[in-house]
Amino acid sequence: MTETSASAAPIQRPDLSGARLKRRYAAEARFRLYGLIAVFAAIGTLVLLLTSIISNGYTAFAQHHIALEVTFDEAEIDPTGEREYNVLRRANYQGIARASLRGSFPDVTERRAKRALVGLMSGSADQTLRDIVLANPDVIGTTQTVWVKASDDLDSFMKGHISRDVPESDRRIKDRDIGWIDQLIADERIESQFNTTFFTAGDSREPEQAGIWGATVGSFLMLFVTLVLSFPIGVLSAIYLEEFAPKNRWTDLIEVNINNLAAVPSIVFGLLGLAVFLNFFGLPRSAPLVGGMVLALMTLPTIIIAARAALKAVPPSIREAALGVGASKLQAVTHHVLPLAMPGILTGTILGAAQALGETAPLLMIGMVAFIVDIPGGFTDSATALPVQIYLWADSPERAFVEKTSAAIMVLLAFLVVMNAVAVLLRKRFERRW
Amino acid sequence: MSLLILAATLLLLTLAGYYMGRGRSVAVSQGVTHRLHSRPQYYGVYVALWCGMPSFLLLALWLALEPQIVEMILVSNLPASILDLNPDQRGLIVNQITSLALGGIVGGNITPEIEAAARDYAGMRQTGFAAMAVLVLCIAIFGLALGRKQIATTLRARNRVETIVSAVMIVASTIAIATTIGIVLSLLFEASRFFTKIPVTDFLFGLQWSPQTALREGQVGGSGAFGMLPLFAGTLLITFIAMCVAVPVGLYSAIYMSEYAGPKMRAIAKPILEVLAGIPTVVYGFFAALTVAPFFRNTGDALSLDVSSESALAAGIVIGIMSIPFVSSLSDDVMNSVPQTLRDGAFALGATKSETIKQVVLPAALPGIVGSVLLAVSRAIGETMIVVMAAGLAANLTVNPLEAVTTVTVQIVTLLVGDQEFDSAKTLSAFALGLMLFVVTLTLNVIALRVVRKYREKYD
Repeated sequence: MTETSASAAPIQRPDLSGARLKRRYAAEARFRLYGLIAVFAAIGTLVLLLTSIISNGYTAFAQHHIALEVTFDEAEIDPTGEREYNVLRRANYQGIARASLRGSFPDVTERRAKRALVGLMSGSADQTLRDIVLANPDVIGTTQTVWVKASDDLDSFMKGHISRDVPESDRRIKDRDIGWIDQLIADERIESQFNTTFFTAGDSREPEQAGIWGATVGSFLMLFVTLVLSFPIGVLSAIYLEEFAPKNRWTDLIEVNINNLAAVPSIVFGLLGLAVFLNFFGLPRSAPLVGGMVLALMTLPTIIIAARAALKAVPPSIREAALGVGASKLQAVTHHVLPLAMPGILTGTILGAAQALGETAPLLMIGMVAFIVDIPGGFTDSATALPVQIYLWADSPERAFVEKTSAAIMVLLAFLVVMNAVAVLLRKRFERRW
Repeated sequence: MSLLILAATLLLLTLAGYYMGRGRSVAVSQGVTHRLHSRPQYYGVYVALWCGMPSFLLLALWLALEPQIVEMILVSNLPASILDLNPDQRGLIVNQITSLALGGIVGGNITPEIEAAARDYAGMRQTGFAAMAVLVLCIAIFGLALGRKQIATTLRARNRVETIVSAVMIVASTIAIATTIGIVLSLLFEASRFFTKIPVTDFLFGLQWSPQTALREGQVGGSGAFGMLPLFAGTLLITFIAMCVAVPVGLYSAIYMSEYAGPKMRAIAKPILEVLAGIPTVVYGFFAALTVAPFFRNTGDALSLDVSSESALAAGIVIGIMSIPFVSSLSDDVMNSVPQTLRDGAFALGATKSETIKQVVLPAALPGIVGSVLLAVSRAIGETMIVVMAAGLAANLTVNPLEAVTTVTVQIVTLLVGDQEFDSAKTLSAFALGLMLFVVTLTLNVIALRVVRKYREKYD
């Protein structure tokens, strides 16, 4: 070692065999390949994620129904025959539904077997019958074929989520149930129909009755509050910081602060909402109003940053021309700069709204995880939001909620795709090169 | 609902103010509007501001403060038998009264005193609302009249309106600061209440985390231990795993995108990578719990390894996938802003492209890359939904990625979701954890943003 360093710097002779060059080119190709692998790995995981969700979720858009031969017995439903609303509403439809299902399997007599048989039908069968009677009282006294929802277990079984090959003790559908189901299939009395409940109902403990409408309404009420608060505040502060603010320590502080706020973990905003909005101001828990306020604070930095970039992109000549013909500074901004920057600001706002729509953690802090069946009707009603609904369903033990969760994710992603597409279109359509 | 009607009435009044002001200014100038100091719209806006601003401000203030004040009056009017109870029980009774008054469902025994108080309370709320409505409307009408009276050809309406608008803009721009202050103050306040119960040193350096506090004397395991080190160790373990995924994949894809890929490939691949950042974290959490965790458990079973079904590995890798775009897009930006002359110089010396990248571009872009990684680390530390859905609840002090660990954010969520009493150490500890989380991520962000900013200025 010492000998070589003691001698004069060695002269590197060109390697005429080309082996070194080959090695360097090989290293080059390898390096490039790593990059390509990284890009495809990232894209691959995205594809994997989407396929796993779609393959789990697409089945939730259909729901199996069982056909019942229902005899709407007048003595049972409306003994007085006066067709009074309250009497019709309170009749024992559950008994009727159960009786008609049992009627198709007359050989089932044992009590427990009867109960298992009735369990193939959704608990909402009575509501289906009641709605039919209330909509048209003339059906009383006739016999009709009515399609009622199947239970979640039967539905999962028909969709192949529960396999026949699994030992009987490990599956929720027993061999006896399979016998009945096979008979129903042979009679063509099981049918897969489009699952409208999923889009029109609120949450439920029963997978076949659960829907995302309540959560969707909650999400959009919240998004409305978020936008009403954060858009004007964001645009006003962006205009001030970009067009009017003197360059001093205070505005520097505001700027650093906004950049940092954009990177604060979302759960911290939830803690802020819990401590300030709920505990200090005493606003109601689980309300879209509070959720919207928290999300507004969270999206504010995004909107300000986007709006400032859009304002900055408007060339100074526009402002100077306006000032030159006698406009005040505020007039130059509101009449000329702001309209030109608006597409950019709107794009940023939509992206911020998309981010807010997918946010979950801060909403958990302000109590939006409650189990809420009703569709929220106002800003202070208890509500939940789409991502929170996904979280709640993901925690549910029933097998059938897996497909519901995936389907709800598909709906959420569809909303996000639409919002992003609008943002991209807006940018493409109104983008101006100066 | 009646609040909405009140707000709508105010809005209508404001709108009426605008038209009245505009019409009045035209009348004052006898139809020759260039005699006015400002254009008629400004007079309209001026009157509208006089009408709307004070009334809406009062409305907001009233709504914010009324519940507290009414509750204070309620408490001061309570009979001595209730006032003598300890604060916890008194708070419970006050809650009972308010929810009874608002028509909610109330548990517990309801004494006649409570019922009377609830009636009083409901009455006070009703009177309060009526008083507010009258007052707010009066102020709006008074403002309208006052603004309209001032209109004259010499009134500098535009300048006044512009002054108000600038003031509003300044207020809007300080809301960001107010948010930060609000976060710091609320976290500090609740955390300080926690530290009066548990010493700071126990919290910072304790090796045990089991936030159950005893309900009765001598309960097993009910002592409650609040050492945050196991939580931070778990957070760091998961973050480390995440960075093992995100840094190489993100960095290599950034290199490929900025140095090798043609414009067509860039146009397609870059938005796809950014989609990864746009997917809600709850979706990643579901993916981790449904697909990734079982995959690792099954693989572990096949290799006869003991993999927990809530392993740190699954959560970490999914957070890593989520963080790829944070690393790649920022690094891509900084590498693009390295001047072409540096690359040309390296090529001229005979370096291959990869040698140029490794020895010239990367060192030049290093500060920016470090900044982007720090930002990704801060995101990973603060990430909540993925770990809530895929990581465990038990606080293990371990570095084995196959075991279940818990994180700071998981604990905050488990402590604060569901019913809570607001003065137990258990609930308050969530705020102390939140404070720590805020401090750590803020420090990382400040450093990262400073590094990135400094670097950007260097080549601009």
